[in-house]
Amino acid sequence: MSSPGSSSLAAAGAHAAPAAGRYYRRFTRTERILHSVLMLTFVGCALTGLPLLFSDKPWATALARLLGGFEVAGAIHRICAFGMLAMFACHLVTLIRRGIANKSILGIVWGPDSMVPQPQDAIDLYKHVKWFLGRGPQPKFDRWTYWEKFDYWAVFWGMAIIGGSGLLLWFPVFFAKFLPGWMFNIAALVHGEEALLAVAFIFTIHFYNGHVRPERFPMDTVIFTGRISEHELKHERAVEYERLRREGRLAAYEAPPPTLEAQVWGWFVGGAALLLGIVAIVLIVYSLVH
Amino acid sequence: MRGVGGFCAAVCVGLLAVGLARAAAPAAPGVNDTCLACHGDKDAKGGDGKSIAVEATTFARSVHGEMHLKCTDCHGDVSAQKLPHPEKPRPVECANCHQKAVAEYRSTVHGIARKGGNNVAATCTDCHGLHDIKRAKDPASRTNHANLEATCGKCHGNDAMVASAKLPGGNIVTQFHDSIHGKALSGAAAGSAPTCTNCHGAHTIRAKSEPESATNRARIPDTCGACHQKERAQFATSQHGKMRLEGNLAAPGCNDCHSAHRIQQHSVASFQTEVIKECGNCHSDYLSTYRDTFHGQVTALGYARMATCASCHGSHEILPASDPASTVSAQNRLKTCQKCHAGATVNFASFDPHANRHDRAGNPLYYFSALFMKWLLIGVISFFGLHTLLWLGRSLRARFARGSDSGKPGE
Repeated sequence: MSSPGSSSLAAAGAHAAPAAGRYYRRFTRTERILHSVLMLTFVGCALTGLPLLFSDKPWATALARLLGGFEVAGAIHRICAFGMLAMFACHLVTLIRRGIANKSILGIVWGPDSMVPQPQDAIDLYKHVKWFLGRGPQPKFDRWTYWEKFDYWAVFWGMAIIGGSGLLLWFPVFFAKFLPGWMFNIAALVHGEEALLAVAFIFTIHFYNGHVRPERFPMDTVIFTGRISEHELKHERAVEYERLRREGRLAAYEAPPPTLEAQVWGWFVGGAALLLGIVAIVLIVYSLVH
Repeated sequence: MRGVGGFCAAVCVGLLAVGLARAAAPAAPGVNDTCLACHGDKDAKGGDGKSIAVEATTFARSVHGEMHLKCTDCHGDVSAQKLPHPEKPRPVECANCHQKAVAEYRSTVHGIARKGGNNVAATCTDCHGLHDIKRAKDPASRTNHANLEATCGKCHGNDAMVASAKLPGGNIVTQFHDSIHGKALSGAAAGSAPTCTNCHGAHTIRAKSEPESATNRARIPDTCGACHQKERAQFATSQHGKMRLEGNLAAPGCNDCHSAHRIQQHSVASFQTEVIKECGNCHSDYLSTYRDTFHGQVTALGYARMATCASCHGSHEILPASDPASTVSAQNRLKTCQKCHAGATVNFASFDPHANRHDRAGNPLYYFSALFMKWLLIGVISFFGLHTLLWLGRSLRARFARGSDSGKPGE
């Protein structure tokens, strides 16, 4: 524990200390906090929920016991679920506030700063796959890539499906005052299946895209620091860089280098989530194969 | 009950015998002293090197010693007048006095095994002892209620013996020792707790394959019911009990759920969660759909706070849902849910605790929901999995192709 910890501290220091080169703001403080809350509550729900989905496996029994038994695991699951729903509500509030501040929702539902999928995303996907196959140049991306938008909307879908069904299962006596019994059968089914999909997706695809792919290995801390280097912005977000430069807005995004605290938080907590996720995937794959 | 009767009989016979022996005793002094002149030496050995020592005080305290029996009363082919006696006297015939007991023994599983050539099956002395035989009511007796577990355990609790003689059930005495009955035997109610012979009998002990055996499949409810009368009566009215009355012995009896020698108190969590598997031996579809629910998942993890089969269906009184008296009948189902879910409504009770995701005809909504979720998972993971693999390949190739270049992305 101590040696990787100290080495990542050193690495974080190395990142933070040399202020060589410019940095730009990619995520606001609120966005970074909300992602951290989402990440922690997601891992909390996953760890406490997975033993149920694989309850016939010895590791599930061991994990449930490690977490303090099913009552404690259930309490952690509900606390995390509440935290995640609160995080989601906060995000919706920030969107509304941005809309009010801009006196328009146009920038939220369309354009380069919007998370809404647009024709360019389909073109990017097509070009990206062509590049994968060696049939074209690597496409240049704007602020949000199509796979990042997919991750974003997956959370929306998950909130509705897992969050909604979870509430039904949390307060069945209340909801059964006006909902039929079969809804609870469906809720229990989709809660587990959708959670398995979310866990499988986040702990493999999202981790790969965001962190462990060769360009970013072992991890990218931009979601924790909020800062992207000029080099990375120029090359990985070339369209955005060009657009901001052309519009003369680049200076408005310039920000001080990542703080040491944010780096350390990213390396430690992000790294821990990454490790836990990989362990979870190994267990799931092992269970599905056996 | 049988035990108490046995004790009384033993006491009467014992008292009578003691009386007769006292009357006869003074007539033959000295025979035992003659024998003990040689056998009283604790280091005395026979020609084969085995000890032939008899401790005088041990014999004197035995039931036969108390009756002042002579050595030659049992060892009938030896005479104090004709010594030395043959190197190998004939085996003692207990039947000379205990005719009825020996006749009974011959029809027991042990007696039959002996007759069939098995030379380790228990005979009189294995349970009762040799020169130290005591009345069963004597707390020091091998056949005293409190000591029977150890007496039977000499063979049935001895791993080496269990293995070499292929004793049925394995090391059943160790299993029994940790059971509710075994624990009760060392508790305050030791006197009324059952030991081996209460279920198996002593001189009536028979292989469970024999119809008259107390542990024969058909007779087990009566054997357990001798003490557990309330459960016996409930069971007779249950679906399983009715099937058995109709002669269907595939229906479970007491031991199918409770086991024979490992019986646990029903409030023990491990029993409650383990017994679910026993229900699943026959009701496998219901077990697998139960495991799809939160109830079934939590109990599979070993926590008994969630509903097990018995929580909803009952245990000794189980009836099919079609029977109005059943705990899961249309009339009673809501009340059953409310046992745990206070305030549950009719809607609540219409939840299907055994929804089957493979039953397209019976539960299409559930079936198609499960199908949709399955293909959503496969679809998303396959699409992005492939996307990821292609990307990884391309990134690595780009990396190697660039070599020592600065790390500029793109072509």
